[in-house]
Amino acid sequence: MTIDIAKDKNKVTMTFSGRIDTSTAPKMEATVKDNIAGITELIMDMKQLEYISSAGLRILLSAQKIMKKQGSMTLINVPDNIMEILEITGFTEILTIL
Amino acid sequence: MYYKIIDEITIDASTDNLSKVISFLANNLEKLNCKPKTQVQLELAVEEIFVNIATYAYPDKIGAVRVRIEADTAENEILITFEDSGTPYDPLKKPDPDVNVPVEKRQIGGLGVFLVKKISDKVFYEYKDGKNCFTIVKKV
Repeated sequence: MTIDIAKDKNKVTMTFSGRIDTSTAPKMEATVKDNIAGITELIMDMKQLEYISSAGLRILLSAQKIMKKQGSMTLINVPDNIMEILEITGFTEILTIL
Repeated sequence: MYYKIIDEITIDASTDNLSKVISFLANNLEKLNCKPKTQVQLELAVEEIFVNIATYAYPDKIGAVRVRIEADTAENEILITFEDSGTPYDPLKKPDPDVNVPVEKRQIGGLGVFLVKKISDKVFYEYKDGKNCFTIVKKV
């Protein structure tokens, strides 16, 4: 998994590619933690994401809990197979997905 | 129902071995001409169960888990069985997370086994001969 980070004042865009699984989730967690202090807008671009397991879902949920207090978090370009996982787990109801 | 053993792997139940288990699964599913969508779903189910076993089955030592893939080609079903000699634990007894509550109340965690149940057509657990046996059945 790779994560590209683009910062623009209080907005951060993270572009994910590859697989978010139990092995790579700690890297995602650290990247999110290191980049969201004080920001008001977090965009997660999932276009190149191939796979997500519950290890990644946990991080999405904790990021959403933080961003709800300090601004907004939006997922964009979510592929169909990832969207299916978000639907099954009810994440489509609690995340903002464009 | 007639299931034929396709392949099996016995490996230390450690999250460090996750990629080996997923490669083992993916190679076999490709040989069975499994659809890409089904393959991703089975990879997810296998990751969740393997990681569960790696995390909880052997609290004080490293132990093994056997992952076996079987197929019923007439019924187009794949059966994946996990067998470990660790602490008896039925993951299916754990209540499902409430997926209909607002974000503030959503619990972080507990989604893995829930996903496995939703993705699979059937799941079974039994404790037999000192072993945890967890089985996933999926139409392909």
